[in-house]
Amino acid sequence: MINNRVVITGIGVVAPNALGAADFEVALKEGRSGIRFFEESQSLNFRCQIAARPLITDAYKARYFDDYYQNKLENKAIIYACLAGFEAWENAGLSYSNDQIDFDSGMVIGSGALGMDSTTADIWSKIISGNNKRLGSRAIPQCMSSGAAAYLNKILGLGNRVLSNSSACITGTESVLLGYEHLKLGKAKRMLCGSTEGDGIFIWGAFDAMRILTSDSNEDPTNGSRPMCNSRLGFIPGSGSGAMVLETLESAQSRGAKIYAEILGADVNSGGFRDGGSMTAPNSNAVIHCMKNSLHQAKVSSDEIDLISGHLTGTKGDSTEIKNWKKALGCTQDQFPLINTAKSMIGHCIAGAGSIELVATLIQMEKSFVHGNYNIKEVDPDITAEIPLDRIPMKTVDKEINTAIKANFAFGDLNCSIVLRKWQDG
Amino acid sequence: MDKNKIQEELKNIIAIYVPEKEILDNLTLEHDLINDLKINSAHIVDIVLDVEEKYDIMIEDDVIMQMGTIGQAIDVIHGKVQEK
Repeated sequence: MINNRVVITGIGVVAPNALGAADFEVALKEGRSGIRFFEESQSLNFRCQIAARPLITDAYKARYFDDYYQNKLENKAIIYACLAGFEAWENAGLSYSNDQIDFDSGMVIGSGALGMDSTTADIWSKIISGNNKRLGSRAIPQCMSSGAAAYLNKILGLGNRVLSNSSACITGTESVLLGYEHLKLGKAKRMLCGSTEGDGIFIWGAFDAMRILTSDSNEDPTNGSRPMCNSRLGFIPGSGSGAMVLETLESAQSRGAKIYAEILGADVNSGGFRDGGSMTAPNSNAVIHCMKNSLHQAKVSSDEIDLISGHLTGTKGDSTEIKNWKKALGCTQDQFPLINTAKSMIGHCIAGAGSIELVATLIQMEKSFVHGNYNIKEVDPDITAEIPLDRIPMKTVDKEINTAIKANFAFGDLNCSIVLRKWQDG
Repeated sequence: MDKNKIQEELKNIIAIYVPEKEILDNLTLEHDLINDLKINSAHIVDIVLDVEEKYDIMIEDDVIMQMGTIGQAIDVIHGKVQEK
């Protein structure tokens, strides 16, 4: 059986606190918050009136978009995915042409609730008022779950597998897993992998109804997302997109590409809504099983892990997650590695979270730092009962990261875990 | 309304849907929107919407079929504007 080694050669990101990987590095280091107050959420009586969305400018769009995309792409989930995807493709040193198709390259670009982006309001109101004739041709392409991949590929012209996965909050990590497995099997040379989530009142309002968002920080938005903090009350809805170019090692080396990291192992599973698993909460046994499987496949032992990139949304589940990590790694308190999450800065970017956070992990590996977990006044005692306080850096520290593990968990009782190793030249 | 003015305005409306912009420099009345200008057929409905908005007119579905070339499209718009 073909068993290719798979590496990552390009990254792109559109996050609530930064546009592009270079700016994201600065934002992560300095703890820049992308969480803001929205008057509309207040006027609609949401309990949580703060959210994290990328601040896209026309100038930034003009870097990657032609005039058609600049003016006619409206769905924000698609805009974010296209910007991140084109950046990753360019960052990998790859190009495209208008009249050629590349059958060796494909993509997995997932989304969560792409059709719930606030820009779809115009579509529904035209239909409801009897004016569907005024919709034009773009309503379906910009609401279909495969819309982000479709608009990306209209430009890139990739002819291998083009897939749009949708698995709620693991969508981003799962997109990388799917691309990784496809490349391992030798079915393609390159896969553009990533995920996206749009934003606005429909998504925010629907999550708000579940009473799982922070409601005490409407006047102090940047303090609203507090993963691992004793006072955490819920997550802050976010949006954005991350994208990565995955490539067989052979392909990357043959074209002399810069390699960020190798994917050593990855696993995805479901808790089956059993043993405590539910629509919204993971089955811990399944979580541990997933983490362990990814480590086993990677042939990595827990003492080799330098950084855990957690899911850590800022909900009550954070302490359970820490316990699960500890069990999966099978380590003592003192052996527990550093752990962080970018969610204090960018909120929980739902389906975009996994890919944005993987890009964050790759940047930290490349630039040898661990960004801080901000907004913690006091770590939850249930967490400090499990691991030493100093494993939760509250500000950015310099550190060489050779091996990292990243996991996300999703509505529908889904888990995904990925093990990465920094690429050492020569 | 002057047909030359409509032609200029129509050119601006369709420009965004034309993949190869160079052809717009020498746009003629005979240019077919789909075959010559390579506009994706799905975008004809978008162009009609843009035109309706611009001139505050209604173009019926059967009339859209008559807008194959730039010249024909100008005639339809001109006629509808006159009727107003």
